[in-house]
Amino acid sequence: MSESIVYWLQQTLNALQLGSIYALIALGYTMVYGILTMINFAHGDVFMVGAFFCFIAAVYLGLPFLPTLLLTMAGAALLGVLIERLAYKPLRNAPRVSAIITALGLGLFLENFTLALAPYPKHIPALLENVTWDLGGVSVSSLQIIIICLSLGLMFLLDYVVHRTPVGMAMRAISWDKTFVPLMGVPVDLIISVTFAIGAGLAGAAGTMYALAYPVIDPYMGIMVGWKAFISAVVGGIGNIRGAMIGAFILGGVEIMVTAFFPSTYRDFVAFSLLLLLIVIRPYGILGKPRTQKV
Amino acid sequence: MSALLRSGWEWFIAQRWLMMVFLIIGFVLAFAIPEYNLLNKYVQLVMMYVGINIILTVSLNLVNGYMGEFSLAHAGFMAVGAYTAALLTQKVLPIAAHPWLFPLAVLMGGLVAAVLGLIVAVPSFKVRGDYLAIITLAFLMIVKSVIENIDYIGGPRGIPGIKKLTTLPWVFFWVVVTVWVVRNFVYSKYGRGVLSIREDEIASDLMSVNTRRVKFMAFMVSSFFAGIAGGLFAHLLQFISPRVFDIIKTTDVLIMVYLGGIASIGGSILGATAYTVLLELLRPSTVAAMLAWLPAMVFDPLNEYVISHLGVWRMVIMPLLLVLVMLYWPRGIMGLREFRWFVPKRDMEAHHCLNKPTGGSHDAADGR
Repeated sequence: MSESIVYWLQQTLNALQLGSIYALIALGYTMVYGILTMINFAHGDVFMVGAFFCFIAAVYLGLPFLPTLLLTMAGAALLGVLIERLAYKPLRNAPRVSAIITALGLGLFLENFTLALAPYPKHIPALLENVTWDLGGVSVSSLQIIIICLSLGLMFLLDYVVHRTPVGMAMRAISWDKTFVPLMGVPVDLIISVTFAIGAGLAGAAGTMYALAYPVIDPYMGIMVGWKAFISAVVGGIGNIRGAMIGAFILGGVEIMVTAFFPSTYRDFVAFSLLLLLIVIRPYGILGKPRTQKV
Repeated sequence: MSALLRSGWEWFIAQRWLMMVFLIIGFVLAFAIPEYNLLNKYVQLVMMYVGINIILTVSLNLVNGYMGEFSLAHAGFMAVGAYTAALLTQKVLPIAAHPWLFPLAVLMGGLVAAVLGLIVAVPSFKVRGDYLAIITLAFLMIVKSVIENIDYIGGPRGIPGIKKLTTLPWVFFWVVVTVWVVRNFVYSKYGRGVLSIREDEIASDLMSVNTRRVKFMAFMVSSFFAGIAGGLFAHLLQFISPRVFDIIKTTDVLIMVYLGGIASIGGSILGATAYTVLLELLRPSTVAAMLAWLPAMVFDPLNEYVISHLGVWRMVIMPLLLVLVMLYWPRGIMGLREFRWFVPKRDMEAHHCLNKPTGGSHDAADGR
């Protein structure tokens, strides 16, 4: 194969890896927005805490990969439900700005709390044996394959849950209408908690995978990755689950391509400019539907 | 007794002329304190930070409180003002002329920030609520990223060794200007427009409020003062880098705005002061100094296990405080109320009706 095709393939693989991590986090943003029309700004930090759970499970408990992943997801899901119950539920009928501020404050709290407990960046041990294959010049690592496949698996599972199960039906119903759906016997509080649990659990999974792919973790890692995932959700049309996945892969692709051809410091600039451009041109995202304003 | 206190307060609050007296006393003190070292250097420094935070809080309250938008870009405007002012004093203006040209540099910083504020105002014509928050956030990130990529202004390393030109009188002066301008703006014709946008933008459009113009003005005034605060901040901290002006800085100002209460200048002043002073009081050295009178038997273990760790934990306490304020005290210290000296006489009657919350005013403003 020629040089440039190999290069492109390599970058595409990297983009898929980054995109799948973004997608797992973006799903949490988009699900919560879909059901509560609220931006959960603390979500990026749930992802960060997930990475630290992974560190605890892997180093202090000495668990292998699969139990670590499951434990991290469970821990993150618990954290998500806790946040929802303690901080967001009392504010459900308050002005929306209160909820946004609370979310920002919670994110900061999680960051600084983790910082107080773990002042130095932590190194995650290699939980998986990493084999690198050389496919005609393109180097493919087993870690990359596992990350991509696992993420895609989780996404399909989520898509199935949302579109094919009673719980998913209840979620979609609540996002449609919050006044009459409870009258039909849908337990709104429970479904909202389940939504937070699923979103946070996926963020925990993303945290594990991120920690495996980029093994040094610190309390502030969630800020940028969280915002990027959030951009993905907006690009795809926030509130739309398939949109979030598409948006994440687009953003991952754009970022990897920018770093491949420009200095890597331009990455954030391009990502946020893309966001700005998109909101001005097509504010409801790629798959989102425009909401008509009612007086 | 409490009735007496109350009536005394009522009398005090009715004496508007006292405001001028306090203003003059303030100016005299602002000159006298650094001149004769009436207070130690640390307290003077904290006073200047309080002043800068008041400027930031009052100006952000104009957009986030009075207009009911949710802007996250304040640290971005601050960065622009800080960089403009610092570049002017460090690279452009002659060194000999510094003390006299410093206000000019700060003013230029404010003006450049105001121009950028106009740009941010444009998307706010179409987009509201969450999406506007995202746009302002993107603006903040882009500003940071642009600064990081220009090598001439230090890139990610920032500008070190800025001259310390910010003095207490200048901070006091700008605080007074900020409060005066924002107060007059809020109670002007445009201020009515700002409030009407918060309550219901479509309705105010129908009532022939020129919402675009009002938004331009509000964003411009707000970002101008953020730029001013940035210029003062740069010449106080003596070092700026893109990292200083990240989302955490904005969050700080947001905390001060919502702690003090939205749509209240008096509240913003109180919120900024309380937050800054509280944060300083939680410093390990300050707490240790305050508790030094305790017997060594109590003090030493306390110092070892609690006080020396406060440096990190105070950053945990502050966001927790914000969340608790939002949960149990959502209106802050003075939400939607105003210190009476800031309300024009002709508005004293109308004020109560004007600023009464109309049952989730923000929800109404979202147009749903």
